[in-house]
Amino acid sequence: MIEILERYGTAFLWSDGYHFTGVAVTMWLLVISVVSGFFISIPLAIARVSTKKWLWMPVWVYSYIFRGTPLYVQLLVLYSGVYTLDAVRNTDFLNWFFRSGYNCTLLALILNTCAYTTEIFAGAIRAMSYGEVEAARAYGFSGWKLYQSIIIPSALRRALPTYSNEVILMLHATSLAFTATVPDILKIARDVNAATYKSFHAFGLAAVIYLLISFLLVALFKRAEKHWLRHLKPVSSH
Amino acid sequence: MLYGYGDIILQGSLITIELALLSVIVSIVLGLAGASAKIFGSRWMSAITDIYTTLIRGIPDLVLMLLIFYGLQISLNEITEYVGISQINIDPFIAGVLTIGFIYGAYFTETFRGAFIIVPKGQIEAAVAYGFSPWQIFRIILFPQMMRFALPGIANNWQVTLKATALVSIIGLADVVKATQNAGKGTYHFFLFTIVAAAIYLLFTTISNLVLLWLERRYEVGHRKASL
Repeated sequence: MIEILERYGTAFLWSDGYHFTGVAVTMWLLVISVVSGFFISIPLAIARVSTKKWLWMPVWVYSYIFRGTPLYVQLLVLYSGVYTLDAVRNTDFLNWFFRSGYNCTLLALILNTCAYTTEIFAGAIRAMSYGEVEAARAYGFSGWKLYQSIIIPSALRRALPTYSNEVILMLHATSLAFTATVPDILKIARDVNAATYKSFHAFGLAAVIYLLISFLLVALFKRAEKHWLRHLKPVSSH
Repeated sequence: MLYGYGDIILQGSLITIELALLSVIVSIVLGLAGASAKIFGSRWMSAITDIYTTLIRGIPDLVLMLLIFYGLQISLNEITEYVGISQINIDPFIAGVLTIGFIYGAYFTETFRGAFIIVPKGQIEAAVAYGFSPWQIFRIILFPQMMRFALPGIANNWQVTLKATALVSIIGLADVVKATQNAGKGTYHFFLFTIVAAAIYLLFTTISNLVLLWLERRYEVGHRKASL
């Protein structure tokens, strides 16, 4: 065990001497996909709750497809499927983009988390109390202003507990990256397994690292909830 | 059809369904046991269940799958070597069912725990006073009432379990993903066949959505909804 830690410790954490690997790569995948997913899904959620069919219908179809198929299959479509298309190979930009395992993994992760986050935010918007919206309308809020100052801040806060769950699931989802040759934590664990045949140590170490990151994320979200959901806490009588 | 790979893909789809159904049965049994241990069990029993659910839900399912799959085989090899008998290879299908069942049992434990608490304690006490056995209490009083609350969670867990079966191709099982990948390699129509795999999964989730909608109606019988 000590031998593995000495030889592969830095690879597990940030670098194998040539590239970024391990925790650094996993966290990079997580942060990029979760942050982009967050910002893209806000307008999508607003479209999802719209009463206009041409607005909610495409978003529903998108989220139904991406929530109805496994992420691994989505990654396979993007990584091994798309690149075999002639149209992609003959276009310079697409050829460059889909040749990289990093790009394909990030695209798959973003598209996937975006579908789930859109539904979470849409659910929170639908659960807005009608009084809050009516009061805002009575004060003359409408259109963008209504969404920007009343609905979005309130809905995002109430979506926080569900959203934190999604972020943890995304951390777990990044472990698929090794199938697209991205050197994340699990890829290093597999390399260690192949080199030493000590499966239990190799994958056990990866499991412990993921567990620690999960705990860290849970603690961060607990703090965020304390800060942003303080107004929803029951008032104690003394 | 499908460049002659139709049969193989059908076979793979059947394996995926079998795997998903069997593992969900394992995880429901584990979930019911875990929830009971958490609520009715002694202090150390609920502590062990707490550790089980926290650990499993904090580690990616793929990592657990590799850990359990390879770990189990290697521990078994060590045992057989120690005892002096020839190596026993664990059947990947059974290993897959047990691994996925074990992982999602943790999620089902939390689902059932939440639903168990919904049933008022007085009902159970009344049943004990009337001389019901624990199994009768569970079958007649607890189960029919908690199902209504547990169904959305069960539906969610089932969908997640179904989608998690796509990972077993990584540990070498000939499921629908593996079959379509092989077809892609054979014909070099990778795009077509990965889309076929996605479409098959989408079909499965759509069917399960319909079944769950029907079940939800079934367990809502006898409940009046507030008119809003």
